[in-house]
Amino acid sequence: MTDMTSDTPHVHGTLLQADARTRKRNAAETRFKFYGILAIAVGLLMLVILLFNIVSRGTGAFTQTFVTLDVALVEDKLDKSGNRNIEEMKKVSTFGYAPLLKAAMTDMVEKTGMEGQISAADMAGILSKGAPAQLRDYVLANPDKVGQQVSFNFLASSRVDGYMKGRVSRESIANDKSISAEQLDFVDKLIEQGILKKKFNLSFITGADASDARPEAAGMGVAMLGSFFMMLVVLVLALPIGVAASIYLEEFAPKNWITDIIEVNISNLAAVPSIVFGILGLAVFINYMHLPTSAPLVGGLVLTLMTLPTIIISTRASLKAVPPSIRDAALGVGASKMQSVFHHVLPLAAPGILTGTIIGLAQALGETAPLLLIGMVGFIASNPPDGIASGLLAPNSAMPAQIYEWAKRADPAFYERAWGGIIILLVFLLAMNTIAVILRRRFERRW
Amino acid sequence: MSELFNGLIGGSAAGLMVIVVLGLSALGFYMARSRAMASGGGDRRNLHSLPNYYGWNAAMLTAVPALGVLVIWLLAQPMMIDSAVFKTIPDSAIAEGSSRGLVMSDVRRLADGLDVIVERGVMDAESAATLDANTTDLRATLAAEGVALGSAVEQPVLDAAQMYRTQSSTGRFWMTVLVSAIALLAFVVSLRLATADFRARNVVEKGILALLILSASIAILTTVGIVLSMLFESINFFRLHSWTDFFFGSTWAPNFRGDSDLSILPLLWGTLYISIIALLVAVPIGLFSAIYLSEYAGPKVRSAAKPLLEILAGIPTIVYGLFALLTVGPALVNIFGRGEQGLLGVEWMSGATSVLTAGLVMGIMLIPFVSSLSDDIINAVPQAMRDGSLGLGATHSETIRQVVIPAALPGIVGAILLAASRAIGETMIVVLGAGAIAKISANPLEAMTTITTRIVSQLTGDTNFASPETLVAFALGLTLFVLTLGLNVIALYIVRKYREQYD
Repeated sequence: MTDMTSDTPHVHGTLLQADARTRKRNAAETRFKFYGILAIAVGLLMLVILLFNIVSRGTGAFTQTFVTLDVALVEDKLDKSGNRNIEEMKKVSTFGYAPLLKAAMTDMVEKTGMEGQISAADMAGILSKGAPAQLRDYVLANPDKVGQQVSFNFLASSRVDGYMKGRVSRESIANDKSISAEQLDFVDKLIEQGILKKKFNLSFITGADASDARPEAAGMGVAMLGSFFMMLVVLVLALPIGVAASIYLEEFAPKNWITDIIEVNISNLAAVPSIVFGILGLAVFINYMHLPTSAPLVGGLVLTLMTLPTIIISTRASLKAVPPSIRDAALGVGASKMQSVFHHVLPLAAPGILTGTIIGLAQALGETAPLLLIGMVGFIASNPPDGIASGLLAPNSAMPAQIYEWAKRADPAFYERAWGGIIILLVFLLAMNTIAVILRRRFERRW
Repeated sequence: MSELFNGLIGGSAAGLMVIVVLGLSALGFYMARSRAMASGGGDRRNLHSLPNYYGWNAAMLTAVPALGVLVIWLLAQPMMIDSAVFKTIPDSAIAEGSSRGLVMSDVRRLADGLDVIVERGVMDAESAATLDANTTDLRATLAAEGVALGSAVEQPVLDAAQMYRTQSSTGRFWMTVLVSAIALLAFVVSLRLATADFRARNVVEKGILALLILSASIAILTTVGIVLSMLFESINFFRLHSWTDFFFGSTWAPNFRGDSDLSILPLLWGTLYISIIALLVAVPIGLFSAIYLSEYAGPKVRSAAKPLLEILAGIPTIVYGLFALLTVGPALVNIFGRGEQGLLGVEWMSGATSVLTAGLVMGIMLIPFVSSLSDDIINAVPQAMRDGSLGLGATHSETIRQVVIPAALPGIVGAILLAASRAIGETMIVVLGAGAIAKISANPLEAMTTITTRIVSQLTGDTNFASPETLVAFALGLTLFVLTLGLNVIALYIVRKYREQYD
């Protein structure tokens, strides 16, 4: 308005030539749009950094340095009586096997004609501390091999492995007691001879956790079984209870204040911090009911309570998606309300329910915080369970708890394991989510 | 298989009972069905309901009440025996610096240990029942079997443990009797009911409905369980420790020899500080992403970018924790620390754990929460409002800033509150990324600690449920629960109100 009455008439732009104000507004428009693109780009960049970081730091855990060595299983050290009596042979402890390794190293050096002198003990020191035990297990399993020369693949110690992977260098070991620069020189020569090699390490995926001193032997297998048993408990409990609760709320519940309370309750439970469920598990299942600590059963129960709201919410959505005409048709031909739900509505909603359950399970699989409180960390899950009962009740770890455990240990060699464990965990989650998506695409019907 | 049930339900008696009851119920199914058919003269048209309903009626009637009683008994028995044995412990048996609760846990462990050695055949049942603490070194015997005791066994503790064992076995005996009686009675009654005129379907459907209601109420039970378990232990805590110090004190210094300063304020400060940094990262990025995706992006970009961003929400928090500890933390130290070698040449940051580390990573985690919730909310703003604004000559961005966002504001605030509640309750990122030092400081490069980290550290490792240092975790948990619940209730209320506005 002021423009109109002012003395100097305002110069408007044309369609072909924008005036200053229009240019300003258009610039603001472009800027605003750019902020949006920038925000998405930052979000995706974070995702890329995170995934790249996981892959680049974790893949190392799937390969491991091995030393191939011919060991002479000397009879008068392992079986003095010579009658291959297992009970007597068991009396030779792992210490008794250590000299064999030293001898094997010296033999190998002589055979290949390497130069440079380090002591036999230092040479054997590049092997994992578990090498004598590996030797002993083999001998006790195959007593008839005593007296012969057998070729073994020993794990190299974590420092040597770190040297192979670039984590350990001659500078970084200046104050390290477990390895010396001379030993690294020796390692270099072994690499030239092809005796020391990096290979795919299956035992990281299938093996058990190992103590602080032997990062090279630690594996994820037992923790995976722990997770498996927990998921079993969650599936067996959460699916039927969740579906039953949803059927009641969606199909039968009258609209009154009790139903309202239950509904508000479920939506709030879905947002309760997971650690609170851990406190509940500790107080109720362990302190009150005296279920064993660290047992996958308890972990499964806690995760069941945590997953229930997710399953209920998604099941209700898929029950709601079944059109009322299906129910009416069933009722029309004489089915009872219960029969219409169980014979007609539920089968039609099944794909949706299954999808929701898988997503709930995937959530439970990655959850860590409640597991810390019921004691699934802080020990070495060394033995795989030997049956369903011990699988549920014997102390075990779980995949995310095992990763946490490794992340807390001081030795950087365990960090690589933790990243590797994350790769395994993410592969499981990816598989579960893919199955869920396929199920939804394939079976979901739109009415 | 029976071994599985043993452990599952505690004691062989209970495991056996479950198998027996389930077997009886399966038998009931077939017998009732054939009885009903027989009474209908072998023609199912003479029956009131389909034959299977007679079977189901018998099976449910046999199994459900008996198993229900079993479960209630198993839940109640430990509590009853505990309180009975609790009273018999003489004051003289409670050592200096110990408490009745501590002695009680010794008693329980000793009783369990005795059961273990009897089961493994180290000792027969008779001699285990007549042990004398002065003549046998029970601690060593039990340690050999892998049961660790806190202290040497004294006679009063042993007496209490023996009482615990006898009462437990009496309890188990009566449980077996009661449960089998109920199952048998129901079995007989349900078979007698199975005649052609019996309205089996109606009864079965009522039974199923009852089970459905029971399942739905588990959600309520969980909430009640959460509140009660934390409330009781919190009350115990406030008996031992003054509540004014807990809520208004200024230092957090647990000391396992007693006399600790346990105040929530430094922890609350750390929690809020980290959450604020996380929101400062997540809200702008999440909100702008949501605006772009819902207002500008074409269907192709949208269908690619949205699921990709949501991957961030599906990644387990332990992964973010590790990312904070091993990647973001060291990167920040490279920038703000290490003196001359650092990027800025300053020495402001010493360790990888800090408020900034945890806050940044938590912010990344929260991006998809903010963006997908805001996206829904912006999409719910009616198209007519945009059309009106564009029709008046406003540009797209002016429409968004002056029409869409103000209209969506309550919903966006709700979304931000939900994200804040997530941030306050988040555990793994702060356990690994925030550090363990409780202090009130404004420097984001210092390590601080949060409520959730302290809950984890007070409840892992050696815990003693009679000391304030352990019990404080429950008071912290309750505070956390109330805090997040409050935020959620407000947020859900705002979002719901907002949705109604445009429906």
